Amino acid sequence: MINTPTETNLDTVQASPKMAARGVNVYYGDNHAIKDIDLNLYADEVTSLIGPSGCGKSTFLRCLNRMNDTIPICRVSGQILLEDDDIYTSGIDVVQLRARVGMVFQKPNPFPKSIYDNIAYGPRIHGLAAHRTDLDEIVTTSLEKAGLWQEVKDRLDTSGTALSGGQQQRLCIARAIAVNPEVILMDEPCSALDPIATAKIESLIDELSGRYAIIIVTHSMQQAARISRKTAFFHLGEMVEYGDTTEIFTSPKEDRTRDYITGRIG
Amino acid sequence: MNDHILSTYDDELKEVRSIVIQMGDLAANQLSEAMRALRDLDLEKAKEVRASDKDLDALEITAERAVIGVFARRAPVADDLREVVSALKMTTMIERMGDYAKNIAKRTFAISDGSLVIMPQLLDNMATEAHQMIHKVLEAYIKRSADDAIAVWESDENLDSLYNVTYRKILARMMESPEHISELTHYLMIAKNLERIGDQATNVAEQIYYAITGDNLEEARLKNDETSIELYAKK
Amino acid sequence: MTDRSKITTVNSSVPTDWKSDAMQARIGRRYRRERIFRSLGLAAVVISVLFLVFLLGNIVKNGAYGFMQTSVSLDVTFNADLLGDPSVLSAEEFTEKVRKTNMLRLIQASMRDLFPDVKGRRDTRALLRLVSTGARAQLRDMILANPSLVGNTERVELLTSDDIDQVIKGNIDITLAEANRKVKDKELSWLKTLQDDDRISLDFHSQFLTGGDSREPELAGVWGAIVGSALTLMVTLVTAFPIGLFAAVYLEEFAPKNRFTDIIEININNLAAVPSIVFGLLGLAVFLSVMGMPRSAPIVGGLTLALLTLPTVIIASRASIAAVPPSIRDAARGLGASPMQVVFHHVIPLAMPGIMTGTIIGMARALGESAPLLMIGMVAFIVDIPGSINDAATVLPVQIYLWADSPERAFVEKTSAAIMVLLFFLIAMNGVAIWLRQKFEQKW
Repeated sequence: MINTPTETNLDTVQASPKMAARGVNVYYGDNHAIKDIDLNLYADEVTSLIGPSGCGKSTFLRCLNRMNDTIPICRVSGQILLEDDDIYTSGIDVVQLRARVGMVFQKPNPFPKSIYDNIAYGPRIHGLAAHRTDLDEIVTTSLEKAGLWQEVKDRLDTSGTALSGGQQQRLCIARAIAVNPEVILMDEPCSALDPIATAKIESLIDELSGRYAIIIVTHSMQQAARISRKTAFFHLGEMVEYGDTTEIFTSPKEDRTRDYITGRIG
Repeated sequence: MNDHILSTYDDELKEVRSIVIQMGDLAANQLSEAMRALRDLDLEKAKEVRASDKDLDALEITAERAVIGVFARRAPVADDLREVVSALKMTTMIERMGDYAKNIAKRTFAISDGSLVIMPQLLDNMATEAHQMIHKVLEAYIKRSADDAIAVWESDENLDSLYNVTYRKILARMMESPEHISELTHYLMIAKNLERIGDQATNVAEQIYYAITGDNLEEARLKNDETSIELYAKK
Repeated sequence: MTDRSKITTVNSSVPTDWKSDAMQARIGRRYRRERIFRSLGLAAVVISVLFLVFLLGNIVKNGAYGFMQTSVSLDVTFNADLLGDPSVLSAEEFTEKVRKTNMLRLIQASMRDLFPDVKGRRDTRALLRLVSTGARAQLRDMILANPSLVGNTERVELLTSDDIDQVIKGNIDITLAEANRKVKDKELSWLKTLQDDDRISLDFHSQFLTGGDSREPELAGVWGAIVGSALTLMVTLVTAFPIGLFAAVYLEEFAPKNRFTDIIEININNLAAVPSIVFGLLGLAVFLSVMGMPRSAPIVGGLTLALLTLPTVIIASRASIAAVPPSIRDAARGLGASPMQVVFHHVIPLAMPGIMTGTIIGMARALGESAPLLMIGMVAFIVDIPGSINDAATVLPVQIYLWADSPERAFVEKTSAAIMVLLFFLIAMNGVAIWLRQKFEQKW
């Protein structure tokens, strides 16, 4: 399932990107948080965004499904394309956008409802299931895809918050999958988890990578190295370098990338 | 280059580097000692050279442990990764150089057992050239100079052509005096050893170049080994 | 100072001498300060507890007798000549006849049997005054409930007047000179006779909890005030809860953060601190004068108290809405929930225990409030139990105020007893608030 770098390059040259940033700038009031980002994000591959805290990687991630909308002082310029549509034009429905571009957060945040209702919530509000049987089907397949079905199939009516941290995070991934997204954004999904739970999430990301475009912000460079095919390094709001993960982690082109990943700057 | 935030990481990398340099010095020393033993047919010195190969082996193991330690605890990436990987490969190459020097010392015994045959002068020239290459490549390593590494890599051509000349000279002497063919074969093998030491020095230069730049020097290299072509043609 | 310099000049390479005298002295001082601080805190708690115990003890001591009333057992002959014969008369005629009969004559007859020596109008009237004026109604109700009594003689327990009651409860000092006390020697001697005859008893008095207000302490009850309070609070709850909730949701979730909303926020906080009588004036001006609503009615009282409670409800609701973790909002938004869906599917359900707790505490405050109700006329003397929110009514704290103001000695204990009833409801409401909080509190 892992292609050689040359094959990857061929793939990406041929396919058009699932999402693309074109000259994206983000301002928080007077603070220029994101500076002129151009980035292509392809379906069926995992892209990691790495960089020191406050470098703008999470801000950029949250621009991709307009989660920044709720912050009044946040202003975005430039284009962010989902396929061919600019998601920041007024004609775009944010609710639909977020169904197409799902999100998994740093801290596992299941609703304090049953496991079933956690998964069923998205399909319910978007009217994706006509009957109870359809909903059951969605819940089952989502949990199966998230690798959680075997662990919870006998207790779908227990609260999602009663699961372990790693299970909660997989529940959140299952919840995101349930609305059938095209892109999944992950904001440091493993930062609150132990290594075993982290490994399970990573293997899940690996399995999902064929079906969705996955963009993951991570503080663990090892994690970026392990799971992503493409890596983008952000520093002080700029995207310093973007390329094949192997390339970035063996021979980064930019000194700033090298200094960051080798532990020379914070 | 900036230091790492963790200064012990720097210390460990420095440790690896110093072992590599130590090994290089030892190998260069072994080469000159072996050549001196050969020139003077000094069997005591030849024995010393053979014994000192053990030190080189021990250093190689130390280097290997240090490198594995860095991998296990630091998970090096980027230039650090290239640095330790090349260091690991370089220690093997330098250890090979030591093996060639040991082999020269070993042949000194065989030559001294036979009838006295004058050592071809060109072997000395070759040894000097090889020694120079080791010296230069270590300097490139210490200075982290990609240019110096390229210079060493290019100077291998000199040693190769020197080898070609030596090869032909020894071949001619074999034809002149077939009774000394066994001693001369040893000299021929020593010439090959010296050429191989040069090759290893070139490999080390490639590793240094890779560690510094992340690019592969070898890909651009055209092998210019006329002797193999000649041998092939003679068959 | 010398100690200090000794410590600071210690070279860092030499381990600090934690056992030196200076250090030991420092530790000693630190412990001493901690002990003093703790004993001060404990003293503060003890003083507060003492005050509380004194207050409650005083109320209970005064109020316990408020639930009891003295009765006198009399052998009453239900004279058929006076009352009419239920077997001859129709039910309506009988009822009519009973209603018109002066029951005092029955009591007088039975008293005459007990005290044949008492002659003269004045003494006879004094004798009759031993029995409460409510005894007449008591007898009438008995007969109407059970017409078969007519023609028989029954031993009946009748309430004594409040003065006798007070003597029995020991609240009137009978050792004082006769001129200085309300109950005269003659009455005391009759009482003595009755006591010797084992006709006087002190029992639990259910009418206090089930009856309306009265000028006679022994007849006065709190039920009218309880119903009035309940109706008033119902109006308050129905008004303040939804308005407070929606205001809180809007301010917390939707309102833009600007100068205008800042001013609103500050003003809501200020409103919570406005003296309650000001809300009474507002209620008087708006609901009575402008809108022409009925005086003394629970609807007006409830609306006035709603104004008073609103800031509390809004502040408590906002606090518990703000306490819903942002991660839940993110999760819902990330799935494509609209702002309204986020609020109604997630935020409000999760904040509900806190909102309800805040509301109940606001209600409890409204229950204990009297000043604003005085302004809108809920201070009237109302005997009837209110039947709807438009009827004239009074509420518990106002009832307490009215009784505390009454001259009769017997109202002192009624006041305390009513306070106990009020406290019971307050504690019950706070208990419900705590229970709700614990039952529905979510753990994240």
